Amino acid sequence: MNIIVCIKQVPDSTQVKVDPKTGTLIRAGVPSILNPYDHYALEKALDIKAKTGAKVTVLTMGPAQANAVLRLALALGADEGVLLADRALAGSDTWATSYALAMAIRKIGQYDLILCGQMAIDGDTAQTGPGIAFHLGIPQITFCESIDANGSQVVVKKHIEGGHQILEADLPVLVTMTMPHDYAPKYPSFMAAHKAQDKVTLTWSAADIGADPHKIGLEGSPTRVDRIFPPPARPKGEMFSGSAVELADKFVEILKKESVIK
Amino acid sequence: MIQVASNCVGCGKCVSACPFGALSLVNRKAVPNASCTMCGACVSVCPVKALSLPASGAVKKDLSAYKGVWVFIEISDDGKSQKVRPVGFELLSKGRELADQLGEELCAVIIGDNVPQYYAELSQYGTDKIYAVNGPEYHNYNTAAYANAMVTLIKKYNPSVVLYPSTYIGRDLSPRISSELFVGLTADCTGLSIKEGNLIQTRPAFGGNIMADIKCPDYRPQMSTVRPNVFKKVVTTPGKMAQVVTEAIAIPPQAAKVRIINTHIDEVSAMDKLDEAEVVIAGGRGMKDQNGFNLLEELAADLGGAVGASRAAIDLGLKPKDKQIGQSGVTVASKLYVACGISGAVQHIVGMEHSDVIIGINKDANAPIFNVCKYGFVGDAHQILPRIIEQIKKTK
Repeated sequence: MNIIVCIKQVPDSTQVKVDPKTGTLIRAGVPSILNPYDHYALEKALDIKAKTGAKVTVLTMGPAQANAVLRLALALGADEGVLLADRALAGSDTWATSYALAMAIRKIGQYDLILCGQMAIDGDTAQTGPGIAFHLGIPQITFCESIDANGSQVVVKKHIEGGHQILEADLPVLVTMTMPHDYAPKYPSFMAAHKAQDKVTLTWSAADIGADPHKIGLEGSPTRVDRIFPPPARPKGEMFSGSAVELADKFVEILKKESVIK
Repeated sequence: MIQVASNCVGCGKCVSACPFGALSLVNRKAVPNASCTMCGACVSVCPVKALSLPASGAVKKDLSAYKGVWVFIEISDDGKSQKVRPVGFELLSKGRELADQLGEELCAVIIGDNVPQYYAELSQYGTDKIYAVNGPEYHNYNTAAYANAMVTLIKKYNPSVVLYPSTYIGRDLSPRISSELFVGLTADCTGLSIKEGNLIQTRPAFGGNIMADIKCPDYRPQMSTVRPNVFKKVVTTPGKMAQVVTEAIAIPPQAAKVRIINTHIDEVSAMDKLDEAEVVIAGGRGMKDQNGFNLLEELAADLGGAVGASRAAIDLGLKPKDKQIGQSGVTVASKLYVACGISGAVQHIVGMEHSDVIIGINKDANAPIFNVCKYGFVGDAHQILPRIIEQIKKTK
């Protein structure tokens, strides 16, 4: 069984700067991490590997330094890593990104299961996983909390509005993972990281994966930023300060005034 | 469609590689049919390089051919009965405004089982037309089945705008459709308007304190997802009946590859339903730990409210992700909103600013949360809340 996990390097901050001219993110100077949803998806893939002996390949798209998340994944137990890096891919929105990742997956060739985090914390769109599944022509199941796989099928627990569903699907399939709220990502030991140094990562260009130049980068991205602006300013309401007791009593008075309590 | 050059040797490798069953051999040559999505799966397997995709993906379209504001209507199912999820009415209400500005029709699109029961209800929001795909095979949501139905309808009727709820279903379905149609899709919009004929999709951007207007000037339809409670539902045409267009669309074979084994709907008390609660008590990073959130739970219990959290508190593991209030979480429009220890990043503000009375408690007098508060308390919630709870208990 062959599993491909799509992962992304994201800025470890909710306060990233924006280029005022282009409206895109300035990533320089912000520390990076493996997107936590992808981290969880990778751990699930490694669980399946432990059970079935599956081969786990990690794939990421980004600048050269995104190789760091591949190294982390290899140290955690992934078998191979592929970095898709090309200036021509810059400016890709979710459409162009999912197309490029799907083309890279085609080049990897063998796959039964593709795992993705449900979304990246720097974009929050949750669109890339379904996009990849479409471009590969395979089914998708999104927002899954757990997954079990054998050679021909997966069984997942998927979030739905107000509850959950258990689904089964034939391979090949793409599954996007959410994570438990108390999830703490695992990190490799020093020894595991050291041993993984011998594992190789491949770096592919847009030409290597046979991508249509009109479908990647800005040209392959239907969305455009029209403008970036600060949230509208508003007048402040009534402000109170004082001791905790004074504030608490004022608070209760206001609840009465607003008819929340009698 | 995929292009086949004359050097095709008729080996058939592309026929088995095609995920859509769009290629067959005719007189020992590969021939694509209308199911071809130009995914390119066949191109790489051809041993003689006879297959190619058209050079440009961004084919210039005649945008004037695209007319109509569509809303994908989601049906909710609690295991006992089905009904229209209310976010559909909210989107129809906003869609009516957009349609008026564009001078186009507002259309509801409903896919499901026994859907005529919903027509009258859907018509009240200024809806001109209802596109319906109806049948027991559509009783449960299935990505491939619903995506195929939507793509078929969109290709046939060419709407200019399609809005989806940003629910588990809407977020599963819409990117599948945008990928197939090669159009843009903007997630979790907090504002929608029309400028120079384009849909302007407003959302907080990049996790910082900044908003972005997103547009898709060269592509149609323009597609957005919107969280429940972002827009208000407004009945504008009570008693009116929209024109109904029913389409029979067969389920594609891929739909059978994913099967539901069972569905579980959580028994949640009304108090726990954040999106419907009249009183919401929310905590942020300033509540520090579980003890801080216990105070919020207690206050919420006294006021008959629900407890939510900012993204910062969710990231600290103080509440599960489904209790996150903000652009990428739940949007609330409660009668009373109490924000405790929340600084007020824009991505949180857009998820609660439509509440009637907003009260903030924060140690920092300059916290941005106070800019949306009717009443602001500068102080430590850990010290203030116990006495508030005590005083409220006395009033009972």
